[in-house]
Amino acid sequence: MRLHTSFRRILGAAAAALLLPAAAARADQPKIRVGLMLPYSGTYTSLGVNITNGFKLAIAEHGGKLGGRAIEYFTVDDESDPAKAPDNANKLIKRDHVDVLVGTVHSGVALAMAKMAKDTGTLLIVPNAGAGDITGPLCAPNIFRTSFTMWQSGYAMGKEALREGKKTAVTFTWKYAAGEESVDAFKEAFEAGGGKVLKMMALPFPQVEFQSYLTEIAALKPDMVYSFFSGGGAVKYVKDYAAAGLKAHIPLYGPGFLTDGTLEGQGEAAQGILTTLHYGDGLDNPKDKAFRAAYLKAYGSEPDVFSVQGYDSGQLLAAGVEAVKGDISKRKELIAAMEHAKIDSPRGPMTLSRSHNPVNNIYLRKVVGKENKVIGIAAPALADPGRGCKM
Amino acid sequence: MDFYSLLIQLLNAVQYGLLLFLVASGLTLIFGIMGIINLAHGSFYMIGAYLAFSLASLTGSLLWAVLLGTVLSVALGLFLEWALFSRFYKRDHLEQVLLTYGLILVFEELRSLLLGNDVHGVAVPAALSASIPLTDTLSYPVYRLFMSGVCLVLAAGLYLVIQRTRVGMMIRAGASNREMVQSLGLNINLVYRLVFALGVALASLAGMIAAPASSVYPGMGTQVLIICFVVVVIGGIGSVWGAMLAALLIGLVDTFGKVFLPSVSGLLVYLLMAVILLWRPEGLVKRT
Repeated sequence: MRLHTSFRRILGAAAAALLLPAAAARADQPKIRVGLMLPYSGTYTSLGVNITNGFKLAIAEHGGKLGGRAIEYFTVDDESDPAKAPDNANKLIKRDHVDVLVGTVHSGVALAMAKMAKDTGTLLIVPNAGAGDITGPLCAPNIFRTSFTMWQSGYAMGKEALREGKKTAVTFTWKYAAGEESVDAFKEAFEAGGGKVLKMMALPFPQVEFQSYLTEIAALKPDMVYSFFSGGGAVKYVKDYAAAGLKAHIPLYGPGFLTDGTLEGQGEAAQGILTTLHYGDGLDNPKDKAFRAAYLKAYGSEPDVFSVQGYDSGQLLAAGVEAVKGDISKRKELIAAMEHAKIDSPRGPMTLSRSHNPVNNIYLRKVVGKENKVIGIAAPALADPGRGCKM
Repeated sequence: MDFYSLLIQLLNAVQYGLLLFLVASGLTLIFGIMGIINLAHGSFYMIGAYLAFSLASLTGSLLWAVLLGTVLSVALGLFLEWALFSRFYKRDHLEQVLLTYGLILVFEELRSLLLGNDVHGVAVPAALSASIPLTDTLSYPVYRLFMSGVCLVLAAGLYLVIQRTRVGMMIRAGASNREMVQSLGLNINLVYRLVFALGVALASLAGMIAAPASSVYPGMGTQVLIICFVVVVIGGIGSVWGAMLAALLIGLVDTFGKVFLPSVSGLLVYLLMAVILLWRPEGLVKRT
């Protein structure tokens, strides 16, 4: 009996001795190095912070580890400055040797990051910037996006306008890439279905003297106006549009950016405006409710569309790293797992297109009070055509 | 484009020009009389807008906000002149540029710390919130007409003060010969301090009046700064009358450029500046 016990003890010790190195090796397994290159100063500060919060929430929900490996964060403030983008990306890639780069908000900076990622092969997840080129001509196996292209919301609104029986439209935006991509996509869908765009007006960025354009809209009398503006410009535009008395006669439509994060300033003038985006308030799905509650608990503030994009960037990375059980040197498998990931996003189900851009519902939203209420789906599971992507 | 639309566009042009004048008048005064290149002038415009926003939500009335805000702006102007600018009159323009550029950064950061980076709206006072219907689809907001009215009144007041009063005489004298005015026993430092405070108050007032129409957002100051320098340069440095002419001219060129030549409208104002500088290097109105 005694012998038996000691035998078991020896056996146990031997087993433990055998297991120990393995356990030690697991604890020693290097952390996954994640580089967050986002705006932490300037106009886009809150966007950068919300994306970071969302990303870290997704990782925290995996117990702070992916595939058994802990995560180490490296952050760089990109200042939304394209001129500094190559330097900033270099700091993370060459100095900090990050395994994955996450960023950013500003399209110009993101384009520079995509070029760097393409050259160095570093895994890149873009959590906001909507420039078509990132998943177009610049697309690469290691470049992913969890946000949107300007094309998606514009195209969906073109379809929606036709459904509402609109025949003529005027488009009006800032003369820069994001605005032009948005109105071009609207025109593409609207004219393909028999609508007619009477005039495409553009104002140099970031001017906000709209009055003469509003006078022209009144003279042209289209059935509707499709406009892309954002931030301070969107607030002034929506208020000027209403004050010019146009709102009652010629309804204003736009991509979600026209009324997202700006309703505080726009107030009464924005009520009833219809916009299209991949997220909105009052989405009736359990994932969104759970996400909103968890986010509020963790950070003490309500999440927005940028938090969702950050969260989904975390989820997408998790899907890849979990599939290779933490061994990110298996690049082919890692990328394949990310490509085929079915993300349960707060925005609803999300997959990736061939060019690595999200395929998800584009919702129709209506401004009610201080919310962009989802009132329907403008285009279900809409994929960006990824023009120019050879992959 | 029919005749009626043209008239409305003309109204837009004049209205835009008058607002430009209000901001630029302070810049031209400080530039012309004191010889200070004040890059922070746009920041005073932003400070005015943010003052209107925070004071209006505090007092519940835009009128009170504007009155209080003007007092505060004058105080800020007096303080800045005493603490910083009075030490820079004799220095190189480059050092003035450095000082005022630094001020832009300080004011932007303070704004960010105190009031955050969100976009805010300021409610138009109920008495001025109506719109006058012009065509069946277009109406003109009364508040915009009110803005133009305020600008005209201020322009007239400025003209009277500078041309018809003793203080105005001192200001003009100080602009042409600082030492001579001093040797006549006048306190030129006080005159400069007042002019600077006046300049700050004019820019801030423009910001306060524009706030309900244009909303309040980070970086709004830098946007007006460049176009204001164009106004000052076209009008002739230091000339209030020239600033008025130039502001109206820019209003016209910008508005009708957008209507008739939309593809190059962003360029036209600067083209105008280049042509005028070739024709009259000292600007439209030469200082006497």
